[in-house]
Amino acid sequence: MLTNLNDLEKTINSGLSTGVIKSEIIFGQLYIDIDIENIVSTILFLKNNEKCRFKQLIDITAADYPQKDKRFKIIYLLLSHENNFRVIINVNIDEKDLVSSITKIFPSANWMEREIFDMYGISFKNHPDLRRILTDYNFEGFPLRKDFPLTGHTEVRYSEDKKKVVYEPVKLDQEYRNFDFESPWEGTKYTNKGLKKK
Amino acid sequence: MAKKTKTMNLNFGPQHPAAHGVLRLILKLDGEVVENIDPHIGLLHRGTEKLIEHKTYTQALPYFDRLDYVAPMNQEHAFALAIEKLLNVEVPLRGQYIRVLFCEIGRILSHLLNITTQALDVGALTPSLWGFEERETLMTFYERVSGSRLHANYFRPGGVHKDLPRGLTDDIMSFCETFPKILDDIETLLTDNRIFKQRNVDIGIVTQKDALDYSFSGVMLRGSGVAWDLRKSQPYECYKDFNFKIPIGKNGDCYDRYLCRVEEMRESIKIIKDCIKKMPSGPVKSIDGKITPPKREDLKNSMEALIHHFKLFSEGFRVPEGEIYTAVEAPKGEFGVYLISDGSNKPYKCKIRAPGFSHLQSMDYLLKGHMLADVPAVLGSLDIVFGEVDR
Repeated sequence: MLTNLNDLEKTINSGLSTGVIKSEIIFGQLYIDIDIENIVSTILFLKNNEKCRFKQLIDITAADYPQKDKRFKIIYLLLSHENNFRVIINVNIDEKDLVSSITKIFPSANWMEREIFDMYGISFKNHPDLRRILTDYNFEGFPLRKDFPLTGHTEVRYSEDKKKVVYEPVKLDQEYRNFDFESPWEGTKYTNKGLKKK
Repeated sequence: MAKKTKTMNLNFGPQHPAAHGVLRLILKLDGEVVENIDPHIGLLHRGTEKLIEHKTYTQALPYFDRLDYVAPMNQEHAFALAIEKLLNVEVPLRGQYIRVLFCEIGRILSHLLNITTQALDVGALTPSLWGFEERETLMTFYERVSGSRLHANYFRPGGVHKDLPRGLTDDIMSFCETFPKILDDIETLLTDNRIFKQRNVDIGIVTQKDALDYSFSGVMLRGSGVAWDLRKSQPYECYKDFNFKIPIGKNGDCYDRYLCRVEEMRESIKIIKDCIKKMPSGPVKSIDGKITPPKREDLKNSMEALIHHFKLFSEGFRVPEGEIYTAVEAPKGEFGVYLISDGSNKPYKCKIRAPGFSHLQSMDYLLKGHMLADVPAVLGSLDIVFGEVDR
């Protein structure tokens, strides 16, 4: 049993040694950065190590940073009920990288990885059933990528002539207006502290 | 003569009264025995996460009402907590108590819907009629405090939108007095009912290990005997101040999950009563004027208030750079928000972790070898709402 996040950080760092690129504790949560090759071994270690016992996969998600060399970041969230800790694993990957699936370790990863594939177009190795999940049948494109427009590319309607639902390119009567309300001002910095002093 | 058997593919849904929404199941059946289930979800996908990336934090909040629409405020709570942690804002105590009060009302709303519709799926009509009447009363509480029965948009970063209207706590208190009696009545219809038990006992059994492996949370996890409730184990808000029990199941079947839900409602009533008794006075939202809007009456007299109001509802507030995961114990399980902020007034990414998503994915595991008639019973006890599964 571990009672302290710092101990956990030490255990993970010594257990995985060079596998961990960076580890830090922010907001009472442990974040570790690893390489793409180490995903399976790291998660297996965290799940099976006597001290860590991260027996539950909470979620897998990704984030898109088009301006970076390694475009995507995959995020694994694990939870240990016995120790009452969470750990967040970050993996930076390239657009073309194949990520090892962890469905063998956690069966629930199945749909989570399918969702990432659907939303970001990241492919997984050894996944039993990598299909789209949330989007429409025959959908094209990856909606959560930053270069995918908010309006999408196609729209559907029921056509009275053809007596069926038809897909058409999006036609907007008015362009989507993306207001940039953000003020160029830096704003004031004192607010929070000043109020607390009172 | 050897009997020839052939597996049959059956399409269930997407529009089916027992599917609790728009779910399409492709069932592979051997006679009446289920061999394989492939759920097709996403028929209610609205791109919530994409939309949130294009909205300011204030504008993004109402999307959370539309996820699990039977307990809207519990969802808002997770998002508000995430923002508050990144901003490092404190919510005044009264605000916290009001939040807990309405989260528990949300829990009763959700459980009432679930157990009564689960009963409906296995053939009992009356409980849903009784249960929905109570839900209506609870939704009037929602309406009185936020202006709408369902899409409340009431929890805001830094607190809640407005203070409770006069007389509301008394009415909630009198509801707490009458509700246990109605819950007893519903229980007389179901708990010892022979048909209800035949349809639910030993159906859809989940072992402890599998519950963990399949990322179950909430009642699905507790029904299998894992003592885990975020309100107790990772207390957020002011849940520490309350004394309540966490009901745990023994067998991990549909019936145990039903019992857990009933018991949880009784505990929620206890929390609500306690909450009203202890309710402190004071502000309901953070006094930091850069995050929470000024009072309506100040707008008439103070230039600063007017400017702040304008800026907050056009530009919004900026959230410092960072990544955070916050989770709340929503009625259906662990509802989490993974928020990435790039320092601007809009979230860079907001991943919504819906409990129903992982519950639904275990359909194949849960129902292999069960009869076709068990499909709605198990689906009912999974407590699925498609708003949150499809997002």
